Amino acid sequence: MQDSGRTAPIMARSGLSEAAFAWMLISPALLFIGVIVAWPLAETIRLSFTDATLGGESYVGLANYAALMASPKFYDTVARTFYWMFLSVSLKLIMGLIGATLLNAAIPGKALFRILVMPPWVIPVAIGVIGWKWMYNGYFGLISGLLQEFGLVQDRVALLASKTSAFYSAVVTDVWVGTPMVTLFLLAAMQGVSRDLYEAAWVDGAGRWYRFRRITIPQIMPVIVSMALLSAIWTFNSFEIIWILTEGGPRGATTTLIIDTYKVAISSQRFGEGAARAVVIVTLLALFSLAYLYFLNRVNRYYGAK
Amino acid sequence: MLIDRLNIWQKIGLYIATFLFLLFILMPFIEMLRVSLRPMSHLMTAEFSWWSKDFSLQAYRDMWVTVPLLGRYIFNSVFIALAVTLATMIVVVPGAYAYARLEFPFKALSLGGFLAVNMFTGAVLLIPLYRVLRTLGLLNTYWAMIIPGVAFLIPTGIWLLRSYLEKIPRELEEAAYVDGASRLYTLRRVVIPLATPGLIVVATSVFIGAYAQQFLFAITFNNKREFQPLPAGLFEFVGYQDTTWNEMMAAALTGVLPVLLFFLFLQKYLVAGLTAGAVKE
Repeated sequence: MQDSGRTAPIMARSGLSEAAFAWMLISPALLFIGVIVAWPLAETIRLSFTDATLGGESYVGLANYAALMASPKFYDTVARTFYWMFLSVSLKLIMGLIGATLLNAAIPGKALFRILVMPPWVIPVAIGVIGWKWMYNGYFGLISGLLQEFGLVQDRVALLASKTSAFYSAVVTDVWVGTPMVTLFLLAAMQGVSRDLYEAAWVDGAGRWYRFRRITIPQIMPVIVSMALLSAIWTFNSFEIIWILTEGGPRGATTTLIIDTYKVAISSQRFGEGAARAVVIVTLLALFSLAYLYFLNRVNRYYGAK
Repeated sequence: MLIDRLNIWQKIGLYIATFLFLLFILMPFIEMLRVSLRPMSHLMTAEFSWWSKDFSLQAYRDMWVTVPLLGRYIFNSVFIALAVTLATMIVVVPGAYAYARLEFPFKALSLGGFLAVNMFTGAVLLIPLYRVLRTLGLLNTYWAMIIPGVAFLIPTGIWLLRSYLEKIPRELEEAAYVDGASRLYTLRRVVIPLATPGLIVVATSVFIGAYAQQFLFAITFNNKREFQPLPAGLFEFVGYQDTTWNEMMAAALTGVLPVLLFFLFLQKYLVAGLTAGAVKE
């Protein structure tokens, strides 16, 4: 508060109040978000109450939502999307934690290892996925070849052709795309942990595993927690990976909400029905985020963190 | 140091674990390289094998013929990502400064609003976004891929940069005020130069976001081949009859190589920057 006292003369000089200057500075960002995100969002909500197609649109009330609620297939899609999100995010966090711990270890070559972990993160997602699509193919793909070589399967396996293996193949690819970023953020967090803590624990005779469990994990918990939420939202809406691998097939096995929305809205151009699905996505994500933050608050209070 | 000392078995264990981890991360690239070096006929007929005598660079020559616009696609990818980065930074720097330094009504609420944008990827809003871009006359231009890209990268950019700017000592700005500098002049000549390391880290992560996620906007908002970025352009190797996988892989690897090399040089900076900026929150 003492600052406002000190900056008061400057305000008078520039003739612009602090608030007005602030709004001036954020107005370009607001304009962008307004035109590209907020307005389309409002429009999506409006469209969800219509039967809009390329031909035209008329108001249909809640018909689109009623159709979704009455469709068992849609409930399957919602359940599949949450399963996809929980599984993929958990694996990304576990892989990221393992990766960060390994890259943080004091071994020669760690600078090189840190470089080698980056490629999946910095190249276009679509390109990495094309590589995986090749590896999954049944005739000459690497994975099928390896499985045969080790005698795990008799014949060639087309991993994207059967329902279960297609779903888990997509999860593996999604984890692969997401792991480097989680790894590097957790690594950065680990490097921010004060050495004094480790040394004090070490002097008291704490072993490596104990130090990891009781110092590293609690210290980087804030980063893990925010990575988990961000990663959950991105994974929920992850489009390219599934689209390039399977386009939601075989027989809907990899159809998540975002894929379903794209198919209905863009591929079949049933805008109204697609918009209703988009609104469901936004609502579910908002509820999930709120529940997550609420839960987090409770946990933080329980542990006495800030 | 003594605390870091590892016995030989621990070291071996760490190297093996690191090797396996990196194998998972790099396997697709190794496999893409292997495919790009083999003739198509051998790929489709022969049994799977790790190494073969028929390795050649033929696909790296043929790809330019099969897809004549390949060079253009590689350029477009980098061009779109750079344009998105530049535009995003121009919008993000003043915004982040306002959130780092100034007090104004609805500050917390508007910042929360920005962060909520993370909940929608472009995929959710495609239908009306298509109409907005059509109304603005931007469909099938570079802008159709640049503008949505910018909008979805602004929130994270503001969030990241804000924490850097908060660390710049206030006294320097106040000194400039006292010397009679205007607010805008102070932002331009005092804050931005001091924040350069933070700006580079934020710009790099914006670039990564812009470069990695061009596919959806490209296939939805653009149908002009000459504007298409590499991820969309690669699908021209998928023919009606068969896909020339080896040339596709060769093109993919060639296309990302310049950017990959660029990041290898920036890597040290990037990890250090993440430590300084993102972790504090």
